[in-house]
Amino acid sequence: MKLSFSVNGTPRTLDLDPRVTLLDALREHLQLTGSKKGCDHGQCGACTVIVGGRRINACLSLAMMHEGDEITTVEGLSGEGLSVLQQAFIEHDGFQCGYCTPGQLCSAQAMLDEVAEGWPSHVTEDLNAPAQLTQAELAERMSGNLCRCSCYPGINAAILQAAGTKAADPA
Amino acid sequence: MRPFDYSRAADADTACTAACAPDAAFIAGGTNLIDLMKLEVLAPSALIDIGHLGLDQIEEQGDDLRIGATLTNAELAADHRVRRRWPVLSRALLAGASGQLRNKATTGGNLLQRTRCPYFYDTDTACNKRNPGTGCSAIGGEQRNHAILGTSEDCIALHASDMAVALRALDAKVEVRTAGGSQRRIDLADLYRLPGDTPHIETCLAPGDLITAVHLPAARGDRQQYRKVRDRASYAFALVSVAAVVGMKNGRIDHIALAFGGLGTLPWRDPDIEALLTGEVPRTALFERAADTLMRDAEPQDGTAFKVALGKRVLKAVLTEVTA
Amino acid sequence: MSVEMKIDGPEQAQGDQTGAQAVLGYAADRPEGGLKVTGAAPYAAEPCPANMAHGFLVRAPGLGKVRLTNLEVVQGMAGVLTVLRDDRMIRNAAQGTSEGAPVQGVDQAEYVGQPIALVVAESFEQARHAALALRVDTAGDDLVVNPQDAVAADDDIDETAQGDLESAFASSAHRIDQTYTTPSLISAAMEPHAALAEWDGDKLVLRASLQMLKYSRTEIADCVGIAPEDVRVLAPYVGGGFGSKLGICAEAVAAALAARQLGRPVRVVQHRRQVFEVNTRRSETTQRIRLCADMNGQLTGIGHQALVSNLPGEDFAEPVLQATHFAYAAPNRLLRREVLRLHRPAAGSVRAPGEAVGVTAFEIAMDELACAAGIDPVALRLRNIPRNDPESGLPFSSHRLAECLTDGSRRFGWSKRPTAPRQQREGEWWIGTGMAAAFRVNSMMEAEARVVLSAQGVRVETDMTDIGTASYAILGQIAAERLGHPLSRTEVILGDTDLPPSSGSGGSFGAASTGTAVWLACEELRRMLAGRMGCDAADLTLKDGYALCDNRRRAIADLLDGASVTGHGRVQPGEAGDKVRQATTGAHFAEVAVSDMTGEVRVRRLAGTYAAGRILNPRTARSQCHGGMTWGIGMALTEALIHDRRDGHVVNRDFEAFHLPVNADVPDLDVAFVEDRDDWLGPLRAKGLGELSICGAAAAVINAVHHACGVRVRDLPATPDRVLEGLV
Repeated sequence: MKLSFSVNGTPRTLDLDPRVTLLDALREHLQLTGSKKGCDHGQCGACTVIVGGRRINACLSLAMMHEGDEITTVEGLSGEGLSVLQQAFIEHDGFQCGYCTPGQLCSAQAMLDEVAEGWPSHVTEDLNAPAQLTQAELAERMSGNLCRCSCYPGINAAILQAAGTKAADPA
Repeated sequence: MRPFDYSRAADADTACTAACAPDAAFIAGGTNLIDLMKLEVLAPSALIDIGHLGLDQIEEQGDDLRIGATLTNAELAADHRVRRRWPVLSRALLAGASGQLRNKATTGGNLLQRTRCPYFYDTDTACNKRNPGTGCSAIGGEQRNHAILGTSEDCIALHASDMAVALRALDAKVEVRTAGGSQRRIDLADLYRLPGDTPHIETCLAPGDLITAVHLPAARGDRQQYRKVRDRASYAFALVSVAAVVGMKNGRIDHIALAFGGLGTLPWRDPDIEALLTGEVPRTALFERAADTLMRDAEPQDGTAFKVALGKRVLKAVLTEVTA
Repeated sequence: MSVEMKIDGPEQAQGDQTGAQAVLGYAADRPEGGLKVTGAAPYAAEPCPANMAHGFLVRAPGLGKVRLTNLEVVQGMAGVLTVLRDDRMIRNAAQGTSEGAPVQGVDQAEYVGQPIALVVAESFEQARHAALALRVDTAGDDLVVNPQDAVAADDDIDETAQGDLESAFASSAHRIDQTYTTPSLISAAMEPHAALAEWDGDKLVLRASLQMLKYSRTEIADCVGIAPEDVRVLAPYVGGGFGSKLGICAEAVAAALAARQLGRPVRVVQHRRQVFEVNTRRSETTQRIRLCADMNGQLTGIGHQALVSNLPGEDFAEPVLQATHFAYAAPNRLLRREVLRLHRPAAGSVRAPGEAVGVTAFEIAMDELACAAGIDPVALRLRNIPRNDPESGLPFSSHRLAECLTDGSRRFGWSKRPTAPRQQREGEWWIGTGMAAAFRVNSMMEAEARVVLSAQGVRVETDMTDIGTASYAILGQIAAERLGHPLSRTEVILGDTDLPPSSGSGGSFGAASTGTAVWLACEELRRMLAGRMGCDAADLTLKDGYALCDNRRRAIADLLDGASVTGHGRVQPGEAGDKVRQATTGAHFAEVAVSDMTGEVRVRRLAGTYAAGRILNPRTARSQCHGGMTWGIGMALTEALIHDRRDGHVVNRDFEAFHLPVNADVPDLDVAFVEDRDDWLGPLRAKGLGELSICGAAAAVINAVHHACGVRVRDLPATPDRVLEGLV
């Protein structure tokens, strides 16, 4: 089946088996292997990409469902140089093996937008108050991205720094 | 994943007609359907994408709310009206899944999500829900996230939704469009069926029936709470959850609705508990009786025995807090 | 030419021999960080050569003789190229450093989930569908799958006894006798095992996700039936290993065989559900621990008996007692381990095999003894630190447990703790603190490395892997420091068996072993440069690309005169292991909240203080400790592989039901290192660190749960139901 969408600002047209997921379309058909396949079932977050401004698990979406969509992958997070968030991940050692990292980055990027829009989370005390990016809020909102190397402290410090909320000691 | 035909429905009529074909299925968010299709637990021959039918709106209808079936769980949880007037629904949604999944999963899809019984997911094992008549591997096998209420000899699979638990406590109704173009509205309570000896039939929906919206009546109580107990702090299904919607008057419980997750083969609600509590002054002994009532017909297995005590404790704690 | 070293005795040189560059021991960025944060680092499954076919492994649904009943149908399915059934396919992953093929064969399923075929097709979707369509029957044997149904054979029993434990126990002032269980566990690295096999004539190029390439090369060669020289393994980026990629895994052998048969590249990636069963798990353990002490809390007897399991034909046995041999002094000792032969997925090394579960159970027992004797848990441990190895009498190469305990308790504020349990409450939550010591054996492995110095800078070359362990960073830091170059002009090339064979990554020995090989290679270059400067290597200072001695300063590039020079280093373990007991130690402190209503446990603080030799990069070292501590949280609270009691299969083989800690489960983690310079490690004086921080971390959490609410959980993990059982 024919499919057209935009990835990182570039229009792309593909002819795919309808079974191909968005993740496999990116990895296998567009050679954008930054998005990772950790579980292929929406249980780890390594495949997180941003579609229409919202983070989703690319493994649990068929490519065909994204006709006309605008997709951002980790390859699209940086411009001329690394983004503030990417740089902060390096400074705070927000990764070890690096396999979950693209998903963490895409997730964090879109999560910050959710906070900016005032979306509440499970740990938000007052559903009707403006959202704050506390440590507990951050941890809850990033819990859809597993990291077995367990870089959560570094990841959180990096996100907080990038969000301009708080700079933590990198070492 | 078996090969299938994919089509993006242009309108609801076409979608419902197409879905009457054998083995056809609607797909909206797809977070559970694709998961199951990859393992060939489900193998539809045709997928009808209903993601672009404009069913993703929220409308106010007087004091009520009409929630489009393809609105994402994230958008629904963040809606200001829901947060203000039906906070138990926001809370339940936010206690489920992950930020990514909530951005994809939809209202209708959440209601129709399948159980996470590991044997249902494992096509190398017997499962009456997946393959009617083959037996239940969970009974006599490993249980944890299984039901203790509404079970049968053929199935102890748990209904996994958090959202549906809150919607049951809120007396939500489901709007269904049939292949013939007619509309009907059914109580959420009537949408689900107990497993009995046909655990593979989970709802009263017929082929071609499309959930188009959820109707949310004005909440009858301003005290609302959703408490979820799980094995880790986030991103896990409920061991037990309780949704409570309570109105107090002169120190007495004027109205109360309680629904339970993690316990039942469907989002559980027990009118006897509510009858017991209504009109009463909140007190510990009363809550003990409510808890005993909840569990009077519980049929736990070895692996789910803990849910009796846990369910009672969570109910008592929620009642204590919400009536205080 | 090469500089070789065998570690037979203590290093003679004084001090750290820190160079002038001031990069080693500093918090340098990971040099590959830019690639990782942009998605450009290529992992095993990511190259996509032309004409590549996709393979999908097929599992045995039951135990016994395997029969395929619709093979022809599947072979005719769309896109299917072959259904590979080859006796050379492997039953389970090779154990670490095994060098030969693991048990092979596809006709007999020894455990449910065993790979018994590979379906190869033009596309991934076709291969996966055809693999699921293949009908597999198993029939026959009634095989034992549960520990309670098994008895260990004499060959499978190890026992060490000293003194008379029974008498000491009977006459002691304080004693405990308890049994602890830990479930099967799994590494669960985020990158599933993957392999891409390409043949060039008779030579195999395998891109894979493996930790120890030198060994894996011989393993795959032995599996396939070719010479190791005809295999090149590439693993420049590995998405986590934690033991599960020590040896060759099923997908690599299957990919190699299929690629040869089809004459085209074949990629096989394990589905996540396969990762849970076809590699190796950490064995479940049952541990009976007896401790007895005199009035003052001096241990008089230690009994530690462990039951573990593995498949028949596997040499690996979870070394549960590894640290018990040296952790604490006591004259009367009985250490016994029995291996049960169970038809569950193979058991093997998972991060800190042995200590991860052994120290955890033992440190819970120590807490129970402290409670029974009315002695502070830190004081109890301090009182029982041995002067020498309690069994062999060998001296310790260095021993900093006392410093870890005292510094750690000060950092944590341990002294403020109420002695009795159930003293602190916040709403529905009980609050408590607990601690545990950490122990891990330390070892060094043979390793080689090459360092090339040219006008462009320094290049380190070895087949070492970086599985998240910061090999790229620290090997570069060592070379930059020793050769006086900025990190920006230092390059590290890893993960290719065409390069000198390293130790590989495993057993926490990578940094010390391969790091020393790099050091030695640099030594050769330093001598060469000293010669060209006309001075002694010891008097040579190298900094920012310049050589300095006797007030003379020359650009290193000038000394090289346009050529590049190569140094080669090789280190081997020597007699040190016979002369000293070498280990790393630490102390964990935890604060938890336990819901009195639900039994839910939340870790509010977790702190670790470690002694692990010289810290080469404090930032990446700290990250390693974060990892181990978080594994401790998982082991304490959430992680367990569940085996079906009827056929032993892993029931919860996905991330939905096998609960790794998520971000919200992990509080801020406090990590500190005490000064530790172990002379018995060669010039680098670094010890292993990647595993120490998991050893005992779970015990600190479990002990804190007891202190909070009075419930002693002895069957891990402490899920809400298990805690609640004690609260009701």
